Amino acid sequence: MNTVALTPWDLGLAALLVLANAGLSLLLSLGLERQLVIAAVRTLVQLLLIGLVLEWLFAVSSPWWTAAMGLVMVLAAGREVLSRQEWRLVGWWTYGLGTASMLAAAGAVTVLALTAMVQPDPWYAPRYAIPLLGMILGNTMTGISLGLDTLLTSAVRERVSIEAQIALGADRARAFRGIVRQSLRSGLIPIINAMSAAGLISLPGMMTGQILAGANPIQAVKYQVLIMFLIAGGTGLGVFVAVLGAARRLSDDRHRLRLDRLTSPRREV
Amino acid sequence: MALLSVRGLRTDLIGPIDLDVDRGDCVLVSGPSGSGKTLFLRAIADLDPNQGTVTLSERSRERYTGPAWRRDVTYVAAEPGWWTDRAGDHFDDPGTARTWLPRLGLGDDALDKAVSVLSTGERLRLAILRAAVQQPSVLLLDEPTAALDPAATGMVADLLRAALAEGLALIVVSHQEDAVARLARRRLALRQGRFFEEAA
Repeated sequence: MNTVALTPWDLGLAALLVLANAGLSLLLSLGLERQLVIAAVRTLVQLLLIGLVLEWLFAVSSPWWTAAMGLVMVLAAGREVLSRQEWRLVGWWTYGLGTASMLAAAGAVTVLALTAMVQPDPWYAPRYAIPLLGMILGNTMTGISLGLDTLLTSAVRERVSIEAQIALGADRARAFRGIVRQSLRSGLIPIINAMSAAGLISLPGMMTGQILAGANPIQAVKYQVLIMFLIAGGTGLGVFVAVLGAARRLSDDRHRLRLDRLTSPRREV
Repeated sequence: MALLSVRGLRTDLIGPIDLDVDRGDCVLVSGPSGSGKTLFLRAIADLDPNQGTVTLSERSRERYTGPAWRRDVTYVAAEPGWWTDRAGDHFDDPGTARTWLPRLGLGDDALDKAVSVLSTGERLRLAILRAAVQQPSVLLLDEPTAALDPAATGMVADLLRAALAEGLALIVVSHQEDAVARLARRRLALRQGRFFEEAA
């Protein structure tokens, strides 16, 4: 492959654009300059660290270390889902549901991709397993996060209409149907938009990266299509499990609405 | 034997409360704001976690599923909720509901309108009608006439009187001394989470 190697100077020049954004934030009193700089530094540090970890992981090529790395990624994604919720289920439920949904959905789809589609040798080869899991997990995390946030916020906002149905004898599936639909839509819309825009409005990151690294464009496109379909499958499955699980937790076996199982760091129920 | 029997009903904030209501009986519950009147109705309807023994025709509430219980012991909130745009879509049996529209002072097209264009009084009457046409055994009404003028209150009282004649049991929380309150044979005051009998 014919790759143009980047120098630290190139990265520094790109970082000036982020600093320009921070300057704009200061000028317009947006209060985002600190967040912008911290996010940029996090990007640099996290990606450098992961680069080193991946280098080591590819060298040892152990199924256990690969699984451990995957687990750390899922746990970190669970923490991200939790931090994006305005309302949370009391206790470990929001973190547990988000993490378990991602583990089930992203894990199953990644294993399927490795064993049935990409088929590297060995099938758990970290060079394929970790990037695949990372891309599927990142998008599944966004979908689950949006789906859960919509469900929990809607349950609080639409409490009166949900309870009106329950009071008239509706079971929880019927009473929650409206907000569950909204939540599933919220969780799935980003990947639908990404698939619709792919190639026409945007060139997806992975494909662009492969092309920049010198890969054949058609080969890059094939990988990108595979990844997008895997992401769509993983996101759909994860959002479905998380939203239905949270809806069930928001009610009890007497089919009552249990907003007492919600808490908010910023608001009262 | 009472149609609805409540023994030792309590939540974190009210009770223990005992109450018997017969078929065709109307009980009026009053009390200062915050005394727990709404919580009491919600606890009977099993809308909030509660303890105690509640039976309907001697059958324990635990032997019903939550939805089955609430279809027979139905609570109507002071601010009723709506979950679709069109009023008629909130009724399981719009046909029966339509026959009652003129008798409640509502236009023939009330069920075809969007809920958002109905007045507060119209929505309140439709909410009571929505519950009544399901023909529950017990109806729990929370401030049903607070937003109604005397004429509309009289029409609601006529609807409830007809249902009482057919054997409905009614528990009404109200601050008003109006036509609906006058349906009551018993009056109870809720103070500090406990009932005190008042002269009917």
